[in-house]
Amino acid sequence: MSETRQFCSFYLDQLLFGIESQKIQEIVVYRELRPVPLAPPAVRGLMNLRGQVVVAFELRRQLEFPERPPNMTPVCLMVRADQGTVCLLADEVGNVLEVQEETFEPAPETLSPRLRTVILGVHKLEGQLMHVLDTDRACEIRTAS
Amino acid sequence: MDDSDDIVKEFLVESHENLDRLDRDLVDLEKHPSDREILASIFRTIHTIKGTSGFLGFGKLEAVTHVGESLLARLRDGQLTLHAELTTALLAMVDAVRQMLASIEASGAEGERNDQELIARLTRLLSADGAAVPATALPVKPPAKPVAKSGTKKSKSPPPATPAAKSEATACEVSEPVAQPTPESARDVGGIPMEPAAVKTPEVAEASPAQQAQGQSASESTIRVDVGLLDQLMNLVGELVLARNQILQFTKTTEETSLVTAGQRLNLIASELQESVMKTRMQPIGSVWSRFPRTVRDVALACGKRVRIQMQGQETELDKTLIEAIKDPMTHLVRNAVDHGIEHPEIRQAAGKDPEGVLLLRAFHEGGQVNIEISDDGAGLNLEKVVQKAVQKGLISADQAARLSERAAANLVFLPGLSTAERVTNVSGRGVGMDVVKTNIERIGGTVDLQSAPGKGTSVKVKIPLTLAIVPALIVTSGGQRYAIPQVSLLELVGLDGDQARKGVEMIHGVPVYRLRGRLLPLVHLKQVLKTGFAEDGGTGNLLPDSAAAKPVDAILRGDVSGDVRRDGFERVNIVVLQADGRKFGLVVDEISDTEEIVVKPLGRHLKNINVYAGATIMGDGKVALILDVLGLAQSSSIVAEAHERARSEQEQAKVEGSDLQKLVLFAGPSDSRMAVPLSMLARLENIPGGDVERSGNQWVTQYRGQILPLIRISHALEERRNLDRSDDVLTLPTSANLQVLVLENQGHSFGLVVNQILDIVESGSGPQSPPTRHGVLYSSVISERVTELLDVPAILSAGESYEPGETKAASAARS
Repeated sequence: MSETRQFCSFYLDQLLFGIESQKIQEIVVYRELRPVPLAPPAVRGLMNLRGQVVVAFELRRQLEFPERPPNMTPVCLMVRADQGTVCLLADEVGNVLEVQEETFEPAPETLSPRLRTVILGVHKLEGQLMHVLDTDRACEIRTAS
Repeated sequence: MDDSDDIVKEFLVESHENLDRLDRDLVDLEKHPSDREILASIFRTIHTIKGTSGFLGFGKLEAVTHVGESLLARLRDGQLTLHAELTTALLAMVDAVRQMLASIEASGAEGERNDQELIARLTRLLSADGAAVPATALPVKPPAKPVAKSGTKKSKSPPPATPAAKSEATACEVSEPVAQPTPESARDVGGIPMEPAAVKTPEVAEASPAQQAQGQSASESTIRVDVGLLDQLMNLVGELVLARNQILQFTKTTEETSLVTAGQRLNLIASELQESVMKTRMQPIGSVWSRFPRTVRDVALACGKRVRIQMQGQETELDKTLIEAIKDPMTHLVRNAVDHGIEHPEIRQAAGKDPEGVLLLRAFHEGGQVNIEISDDGAGLNLEKVVQKAVQKGLISADQAARLSERAAANLVFLPGLSTAERVTNVSGRGVGMDVVKTNIERIGGTVDLQSAPGKGTSVKVKIPLTLAIVPALIVTSGGQRYAIPQVSLLELVGLDGDQARKGVEMIHGVPVYRLRGRLLPLVHLKQVLKTGFAEDGGTGNLLPDSAAAKPVDAILRGDVSGDVRRDGFERVNIVVLQADGRKFGLVVDEISDTEEIVVKPLGRHLKNINVYAGATIMGDGKVALILDVLGLAQSSSIVAEAHERARSEQEQAKVEGSDLQKLVLFAGPSDSRMAVPLSMLARLENIPGGDVERSGNQWVTQYRGQILPLIRISHALEERRNLDRSDDVLTLPTSANLQVLVLENQGHSFGLVVNQILDIVESGSGPQSPPTRHGVLYSSVISERVTELLDVPAILSAGESYEPGETKAASAARS
């Protein structure tokens, strides 16, 4: 009766996040990015993914999290977004998690407003919460602020 | 459902092609009303559309084409002769058909429309002068005869008498390829729409070789390919080229001969493949031009002119995306030429010209670019009027207008908001067109140039690249990153070493310029535009756009080549001279590498609004490089200039309020006092040799840029001069080898202020100020830890002006 969904989980500043598996094209190791001067800070640079030029977003900056410590190498989540593939930079990849539909709950009011706009809600897992990332929102460039 | 969708789609594609031909044919027919071959071709086209639309159930489309076809049948049979009204009506029918097809394409239905008026109009024409023949009841005669025999018939019997009977006789031999609702042909073909070539009988083929060629090219030697597929192919080839480049780089470091040979073969094949795939996207420019006879006819008719269109080089090929991109600009230029360029027949006759104007379209390849010329033999541009209009509208100043070359004046028409038309017609004259033409062409890396000879005509030359997907580009480095600059906007490269670099770069209003063969070239630092540079200065004042460059120049004037200069990267200056929007500018980069063929990749919507990038590319080593958009660079550097302008006006305000930061030029005044003037008033810093100073009346002057520049000595302008013997002093020309001069501008007048020594350019906040102690000084303040007097430039200047009478104002003012 209860439907299960598959999430690819990852960590950002020790928080557990998840993106639906079918939205993830692949996960690649971090490679040098080509910085884009004048681009918004959330755009870390451009990546050559087998001949395709992909924009890489820093999720920590998008979520207004503290900067990643310099000794930590991020991972690149290649996500199928509205228009083509984008790269989202996260701290670390976790397991693929199967979750029950009924553990889902909309984002609690108490979360930071910025975080609330980029997550669809949370899945209550044992011992922790998994924030479900809205991938389209996560690679949106905010013009305001 | 899918099947019928496919049929409809095919019908649409075919009909669109046919309609384009129809426009051309009808205009041709108007010129040669007796050409039965053209008539037959038109008839066939309409007939095909009618047949298929009936089959597919598009009733309105069928109704309109039916009347049109009837009319054409009468024409073909010689029962009607073609006249302008008839042609217009037929063209209106074609338009209606086109609209319906567009609607079908968009929504699958013909849309809500009422064509009764058009049908009535066509019907009225139908019965206008063909009343004698009662054949209207059965208008759809098999059109076989004219098709089959047209070639011979034309020469034998000029006006076809009544081929109705004959055509019926031959109807069985030559079946019209497409379904005919009439019983006769239905017997032959079975009422199923088919490809024309499929049912073409040998007789037809023999009778009309042109058609044969067409039939073959349509169905046997060509296939329709989706453009999306070609684009994908193109992308893949782009990838292949990149992979090849990477492999070639790798083979350079290896000794393995078999790998090297394989690499060379790969290189060869990839190059050929790239070329071939590029060719698949090529289309003859004629596909755009085919619409123009109709356009010209319509416009000429609307403004009562007679215009003949001539075309040369229709077969010139260029990339499909470019074909699309030039469609609108070309149409605009053609309409413009007919509406504005070519005169009315009577005026032409009075000028001794053929009453019929000629519009010539020419296209050819040259130097890897496609050149397109649109020239008319009309009156040419009234340059005076253009310039006058431009001044009137405030697009240029009267001063600029006086200096314009003829050619530059002609190209003023590309400025937004300029139209020389006396009145606004529905065709053109609103002054919005030409600048859009220019922007659109420049957007695809092209250039436009307009030349005009009074009384002889106007010629617009458009140059565009062959393709956009793979472009040659110059690779430069700035801030450790590579950038690609499309070669089309590249004019030349200038490298300045050591001494040259220090002497070559000068400042005007704090903006660096370089004298390139005597002309001033504004310089733009790529690092500044991209805000990536000057980080090594630790975020001091040098981050500001001009001070970084200003400092060295100041140092130059002091003869001081300190570490300052080197730190700002002036030991070698690489200037890439670029052209955008008709203006030249120099882009200063760290390093200039090489030219390379690059594959342009879009940046994606996230970064689209950064206008200095045209896209990205992947270099041979697999790294991503950004492609610079030269137009965008020029624009954003003028934003820099605007920001500078703003800074200046803020300075002026700051001067009034005595607060905020303002930039000052520091110099040594008389008796080793420190003085300053606002940088905003400074035009240039100059070293004038003492020998160049002449005397004019009681004043020192020098010849400066073709003008006489009055020189005012700072010691004179201030009150100390009372202590000097004036006449002696004025008569004595300077003895020192070099005078350091601040060329200042005040209310449009320039004058040189001779100072003891130029010290520095500094930024000054609102420090403690004390009232002036002498005339010609606004206030004293502490700048760079020394008490400095800020000069009252207008007061000094008025002092300078009153030199002719014995007493100076400065002196008198000081006394009072």
